[in-house]
Amino acid sequence: MTKLIGQRAIASLLSLLALLVLVFFLSRLTGDPTSLFLPIDASQEMRDQFRALHGLDDPLLVQFGRYVWDLIHFDLGDSIRKARPAIDVVLEAYAWTLPLALVTMSLVVAAAIVIGSLAAFHVGGFFDRFASVVSLIGASAPDFWIAIVAIVIFSINLGWLPTSGVGTPWHWILPVAVLFIRPFGLIVQVVRGSMLAALSSLYVKTARAKGVKEGKIIFIHALRNAMLPVITVIGDQAAAMLNGAVVVETIFGFPGIGKLMIDSILQRDFNVVLAAIMVTAIAIFLMNLLIDIAYSLLDPRIRH
Amino acid sequence: MADYLLSVRNLSVRFHTARGAVDAVRSVSWHVDRGETLAILGESGSGKSVSASAIMNLLDIPPAEIVSGEILFGGQDLLKLSREERRRINGKRIAMIFQDPLGHLNPVYPVGWQIAEIMTAHGSKPEDARRRCLELLTRVGIPDVDNALRKYPHQFSGGQRQRLMIAMALALKPDLLIADEPTTALDVTIQAEVLSLLRELQAETGMGLVLITHDLGVVADIADRVVVMNHGEIVEEGSPRDIYHNPKHAYTKKLIAAAPGKGEIPAGEPEADVLLDVRSLSKGYGDFTALKEASFTLRRGQTIAIVGESGSGKSTLARSILRLEPADSGEARWKGRDLLKMPPRELLAARRQMHMIFQDPTQSLNPRMSVYQIISEGWDIHGLMPDRAARRDRVTELLVQVGLSPEHALRYPHQFSGGQRQRIAIARALALEPELIICDEAVSALDVSIQAQVITLLGRLREELGISFLFIAHDLGVVRDFADTVIVMKAGEIVEQGPTLQIFDEPRHPYTQRLLAAALDPDPDVQEGRRQAAATPS
Repeated sequence: MTKLIGQRAIASLLSLLALLVLVFFLSRLTGDPTSLFLPIDASQEMRDQFRALHGLDDPLLVQFGRYVWDLIHFDLGDSIRKARPAIDVVLEAYAWTLPLALVTMSLVVAAAIVIGSLAAFHVGGFFDRFASVVSLIGASAPDFWIAIVAIVIFSINLGWLPTSGVGTPWHWILPVAVLFIRPFGLIVQVVRGSMLAALSSLYVKTARAKGVKEGKIIFIHALRNAMLPVITVIGDQAAAMLNGAVVVETIFGFPGIGKLMIDSILQRDFNVVLAAIMVTAIAIFLMNLLIDIAYSLLDPRIRH
Repeated sequence: MADYLLSVRNLSVRFHTARGAVDAVRSVSWHVDRGETLAILGESGSGKSVSASAIMNLLDIPPAEIVSGEILFGGQDLLKLSREERRRINGKRIAMIFQDPLGHLNPVYPVGWQIAEIMTAHGSKPEDARRRCLELLTRVGIPDVDNALRKYPHQFSGGQRQRLMIAMALALKPDLLIADEPTTALDVTIQAEVLSLLRELQAETGMGLVLITHDLGVVADIADRVVVMNHGEIVEEGSPRDIYHNPKHAYTKKLIAAAPGKGEIPAGEPEADVLLDVRSLSKGYGDFTALKEASFTLRRGQTIAIVGESGSGKSTLARSILRLEPADSGEARWKGRDLLKMPPRELLAARRQMHMIFQDPTQSLNPRMSVYQIISEGWDIHGLMPDRAARRDRVTELLVQVGLSPEHALRYPHQFSGGQRQRIAIARALALEPELIICDEAVSALDVSIQAQVITLLGRLREELGISFLFIAHDLGVVRDFADTVIVMKAGEIVEQGPTLQIFDEPRHPYTQRLLAAALDPDPDVQEGRRQAAATPS
């Protein structure tokens, strides 16, 4: 297990470095932040001063060398816009995205397993149809549209929930609900399919011949096997959510990593963009590792 | 009547399918007593497993429907009991083992847990169950019992897995054990061991044993009584001896006539020119030696059978000759030219002269190609027969030659039965007019009667077209009927080769002797003689 983790860590470190190089130079291609930060009528002197202050007057390679040097010393630079360490800005945003992703994914996984299993027991029954409808909505309706419709209905017409912002638990309900739909629709179908396969498997037949109770057959024999393909899809969806939900965060004014990322790209706040990408990459790496570990815990054939 | 351990009376089961209702069994009645072994003999689709599934409440209802009948066990009709009442009988009083123990064991739980579960499900305490597990595993002959309990199904061999299934089924000393094709997936020597284990355990416990099989040899070896099923009906019932020597029903007669391994053994090797000369062929996968210094010579018109158990290197030998896998060393001369060193263009031409037929025609025929496309594909690959009309005529000719009709050309593989699909595969092989056909277990998946027909067909083609065969098989009966030379392989090595007559009559290598001794004879008298000979080693 430790060997697996070590190999993964090294492979991920390499891709992280490649990503770093790519993003560093690509983001510089978008232009110079100076013109965005200073008023249009700023004098050339002020512009030069700004460039010198942020090291933008050096050749690109020198800038890159300096960045890497600071990085080795765990310094990711400062945010130009906020005049604070970029890493602080990013971690602050992550402190919002992480619980959002965690809460949403927990609800998605729990609901998908229960409803997907129920759908598999009664194909064509109520839960099967419910799952189909949600999957269809998730696959076909864009989330910004769902978000806006939800705001119109629940916040404006009914007045039950706040339209945007954070602060009270009420503020979380709409973003979580909107983010819930697509991964739930996907995962519930995978659960349903693999549960159907597991229930018609030969080992379930053996369990019936052994006289094992139906509940144990379903939740002990079938479910653990059915979870194997599900875990992979959960990993994909969770990784996507760790990236931040750009659209949903923007619509609900939720100060998460997705919103921060898009804002800092538009403002050419390069250090924040790079820090955000690195933190996200590490989070996704840990996520994948977690999935691999879960997989090998569930399936002994992977372990041996 | 009520004295029987279990009796099935007038059972009719119907399956409601997309193509309409199918009567799987029609008014079937049979019974089994304590200490008795009843064999239910039949081919695929005969309904032989359906009554067992009904006993164990394993039928999916719907699509299945129990139209009529009763299953009497312990004075009550199982079909009238509640789900919960039947659950309490399953595993405790009636247990079942299956054909494919890998699929029937849950892959994600340790086997010890799975065996203990049958006991805890019926109220045993976990520590008692664990103790009994150790006892059971020792009894069925699993080595290193303490560690074995913690292992998972995939860590055992096929034979061991079936022993584990048996241990599990017998944990609560059931009154009746139902075994559905328990040895079909196993090698002959393992099959013999498992059957004798079942026999011993039955003698110890006095349980009734219902054995569902397609194999006359298994019936001859172990059954006290046999019922023969065909198309959902029982056509004949009696002792294995009566059935074998005096079959009354036409179907039983056909089945017994089709059993391989009874005719004259083909004698003599043809003195024709050498077609294929294999010298010191070796192949390894990492540390594992799959093939070690294999050498043999195949002459024109000759049929060489390669026999051996799973993992003995039979298929690796064939695949290395065809260069489907690169060999490590050695040579395989085809008409004097080494196939292993041939440049690609020459190899393509040489491959046209040899063709392979695989075990499972369902998988080896592309389901989205019509029979016409399947048969003519080889001509496209080799740029032959550009004229469409000539192609159509030739496909028609080939279909007739393998016993199908011309109108079959436009159909797709799923519209055919297993035997017919193998005929299509043979027609495809013949399309390129090969000089050598390599059959890799080509008849193993077929029912006995179909298998006999396919062997007859191959024999006819050999005579008419002078084709040579490399015939890979594990069924010695088929080999005895079809081959003139036999190569016996074990652990990647050829341990013995010679004329069929010599191998069967005077096997020299101890492994060949063991293999022949383990093979089951469909004649109950012959089989009893063999069993006694095996019990008292000379």
